[in-house]
Amino acid sequence: MVQALPVREKVTQWIDVCPVSAIIPNTGVCALVEGKQVAVFRIGNGSEVYALGNYDPFSKAHVLSRGIVGDRKGVKKVASPIYKQNFNLATGQCLDDETVKVPAFPARVVDERVQVAIG
Amino acid sequence: MTAKKNLVVIGNGMVGHKFLELMVAKGATQQWNIITFCEEPRVAYDRVNLSGFFSGKTAGDLTLVEPGFYQENGIEIHIGDKAVAINREQKTVSSANGLEVPYDKIVLATGSYPFVPPIKGNDAKGTFVYRTIDDLEAMYEYAKNCTVGVVVGGGLLGLECANALKNMGLKTHVVEFAPRLMPVQIDEAGGAILRSKIEALEVSVHPNKATTEILNENGKVSKMLFADGGELETDMIVFSAGIRPRDDIARNCGIAVGERGGIIINDYCQTSDPDIYAVGECALYQNRIYGLVAPGYTMAGVAADILSNTATSTFTGADMSTKLKLLGVDVASFGDAFAKTAGAKEIAITDTVQGVYKKLVLNEDGSRLLGGILIGDASAYGTLLQFVQNGIALPPYPEDLLMPPREGKPASAAMGVESLPDSAQICSCNNVTKGQICSAIREGNLTDVPTVKKCTKAGTGCGGCVPLVTDILKSEMKKAGLVVKNHLCEHFAYSRQELYHLVRVHKIQTFDELIQQHGSGLGCEICKPTVSSMLASTWNEHILKTPHVSLQDTNDYYLANIQRDGTYSVVPRVPGGEITPDQLIVIGKVAKEFGLYTKITGGQRIDLFGARVDQLPQIWKQLIDAGFESGHAYGKALRTVKSCVGSTWCRFGVQDSTSLAIEVELRYRGLRAPHKLKSAVSGCTRECAEAQSKDFGIIATENGWNLYVCGNGGMKPQHAVLLAADIDKETLIKYLDRFLVFYIRTADRLERTATWFNKLEGGIEYLKQVIIEDSLGIGAELEEQMEHLVSTYQCEWKATIEDPEKVQRFRHFVNTDEPDPSLQYVDERGQKRPAKEHEKTLVGAAE
Repeated sequence: MVQALPVREKVTQWIDVCPVSAIIPNTGVCALVEGKQVAVFRIGNGSEVYALGNYDPFSKAHVLSRGIVGDRKGVKKVASPIYKQNFNLATGQCLDDETVKVPAFPARVVDERVQVAIG
Repeated sequence: MTAKKNLVVIGNGMVGHKFLELMVAKGATQQWNIITFCEEPRVAYDRVNLSGFFSGKTAGDLTLVEPGFYQENGIEIHIGDKAVAINREQKTVSSANGLEVPYDKIVLATGSYPFVPPIKGNDAKGTFVYRTIDDLEAMYEYAKNCTVGVVVGGGLLGLECANALKNMGLKTHVVEFAPRLMPVQIDEAGGAILRSKIEALEVSVHPNKATTEILNENGKVSKMLFADGGELETDMIVFSAGIRPRDDIARNCGIAVGERGGIIINDYCQTSDPDIYAVGECALYQNRIYGLVAPGYTMAGVAADILSNTATSTFTGADMSTKLKLLGVDVASFGDAFAKTAGAKEIAITDTVQGVYKKLVLNEDGSRLLGGILIGDASAYGTLLQFVQNGIALPPYPEDLLMPPREGKPASAAMGVESLPDSAQICSCNNVTKGQICSAIREGNLTDVPTVKKCTKAGTGCGGCVPLVTDILKSEMKKAGLVVKNHLCEHFAYSRQELYHLVRVHKIQTFDELIQQHGSGLGCEICKPTVSSMLASTWNEHILKTPHVSLQDTNDYYLANIQRDGTYSVVPRVPGGEITPDQLIVIGKVAKEFGLYTKITGGQRIDLFGARVDQLPQIWKQLIDAGFESGHAYGKALRTVKSCVGSTWCRFGVQDSTSLAIEVELRYRGLRAPHKLKSAVSGCTRECAEAQSKDFGIIATENGWNLYVCGNGGMKPQHAVLLAADIDKETLIKYLDRFLVFYIRTADRLERTATWFNKLEGGIEYLKQVIIEDSLGIGAELEEQMEHLVSTYQCEWKATIEDPEKVQRFRHFVNTDEPDPSLQYVDERGQKRPAKEHEKTLVGAAE
């Protein structure tokens, strides 16, 4: 099952991260994917997952996975735990400062395992 | 169609530009070819906030001109070209660059120039004036090689300039000819307070000084000599000794000017030549120059009304009230500040401890306010100015207007915006009345202050009226039945208080239930922690129980306080601040083993900083094994109950404050509330534990305990108010139970007890009725809820590390046990601290 896959022309490689059960519904975890810190979020208790860079450009700390997830007018987002800026889970766009964006990566659940693609 | 006539505007300062804006707004560009001359190399900028240039503002930030303003409105602007002469016979204006423009009407907005006293040597290198961006740039460059700077002139601008020099790192002096600072605006007593405040900022003030000569070395300023024989060495001098109107262009073409300068104008801002108008600081009205921007704007409005044929208005003088923050010191002067009106009376408060001076000038029978001076705390300026401008009757004790509200009593009713007439001028910079603001709010359905500012321009000048504008908005919204929106967030159309009620009445146990039944969407970082807190203070389940985990802010999620580099700090509970040597040793050992930075907190505990997520469970394990509990320093919860040693050791203590503090802290430990709670117990009236600055504070008396509530440290300190006196311990606990639960049930999200109290209608009298007399009949229920919370307390740390599933969450990476590789520390005073960006070395994984 593929969820929340932003449009990408080429996906080089899916990388296995963890069982989906390792992510408590509506929270995030941080994974080390090819040397990068990636924040992986799970919305609801099914297999809807998203992946963003874990680096928070405002606090300059690797913490986004620890933010509270939710939505703003239907846009699913995470609030940085340090200064509370919000980021769109699907695109990485900061919702409070249009000039700021964090990387967003394709993420999916296959056979109860979370996979992330770093292209 | 008749040909358009030529209108020449000479000068493109704040007032000249305001005139052009008004003409455009009134559609007068259909009627006029507007040609304007701007001597400076840049278009109009905000001279009032010029000092901002030194705190990082650029010329671009200060500009007043919307991009494309001149082009789009067909205004011909000649930047960097000065109009030099008017030929009234041929009706032409000629410029420095040789341009000659025919005119039908002229508006002179040539402004003023800084006065440089005729002192020998005043032209040496290193002397400056403070007027234009170019002046500031020159000063800034020169100051780089200076260590001492002197400002000549202790007026408004002089003090701003002193601030600028100080910010550039110069040893700064202010030399003033008059016996005090700001002689035009404030009186002797006020001047003394202002001087002491400014000297406390390490700016030396030299009043009563007449400079006789400026000496130089190799052509550069080196020393000033004074009439009293004194002298002062300096590297640079800035003159800020007043302004003089720039009237030469009018003078040279035979227009009437005042004896001491200034282009004479009538009520219509017309000069002695009816085709020529003058506005702003170059204009002399009834023998007076108005050196403020607001009167200049008023004149621009009068001239624009006439020249656009849209309205008739007249200039009849202007209010010279000012409010400024000089070197971080509030200064305001308004109305008849010097009590010049016949029979005027004064009420003044001089507080040399706090550095506050406040004076009211009243009319003969004390019924009306004529003026006043505020130094050190000018928060009442907006309201007081309204009393003066609108002749509002003063309350029975006018001195109340100078003091904080009397204990427990709501602020004087006369202070409300409702009492102002529609004609009340709210924003004097832009001449906006209450009526205009109200109709903008009503017509545009405005609901927030930024939009009101945008639509009305109120509050966009000096900003002094923004609090009043906010009050007007709130009052209008209330009137419109618009209920000042107290919805928690977009996911719940209820206030926190309403949601709390729903949770209790419907026995809702989880966020999911609540949002399904009473909300919408997924929730957010506002409603989730709020609801989590409500659930905790109602049902008291462990906050990391699965349905609650996703609601927690990171502090509650990891039961520790996140710090700026993403690591956490741990604070073990130390009830009452009493700790044994063995416990101290354990804390020290833990800190050493995990490489933590340690610091004593403000609340008599020890904070251990720099713990990584993966280290937290091990740190707790060791602390718990040694008998420590969670200190809840991470939660919106009861933090500490501070204490003095009381009668146990102190020779003055009348009761055992330490024992009571421990007992109270253990009773309410971890109690979750809308905001963090702090408390203290003092053993005698010497108040060593500072109980009156706490959410609840207890002070021992000979006969028992005095209970104070709703005090606050932090951003807005406020003393707690006495709720009950000389009570025994059982009564004390009963009142505290009731008080705390009542606050938890009714306060807003993140509202501290002091703020909550200030909004409580009826103040302390009401609170006494509810808590002591049980007027609402809920006393028993409140106590019962507290009893439930006390009896279900568990240490969150202990419960977490005893549950392997919960411990699983404490990893930095879900797929490897490696710690966060991006964390870096440097040594400071023998301990570690997070590296600043420039101190970091590149780490592969930390990009």
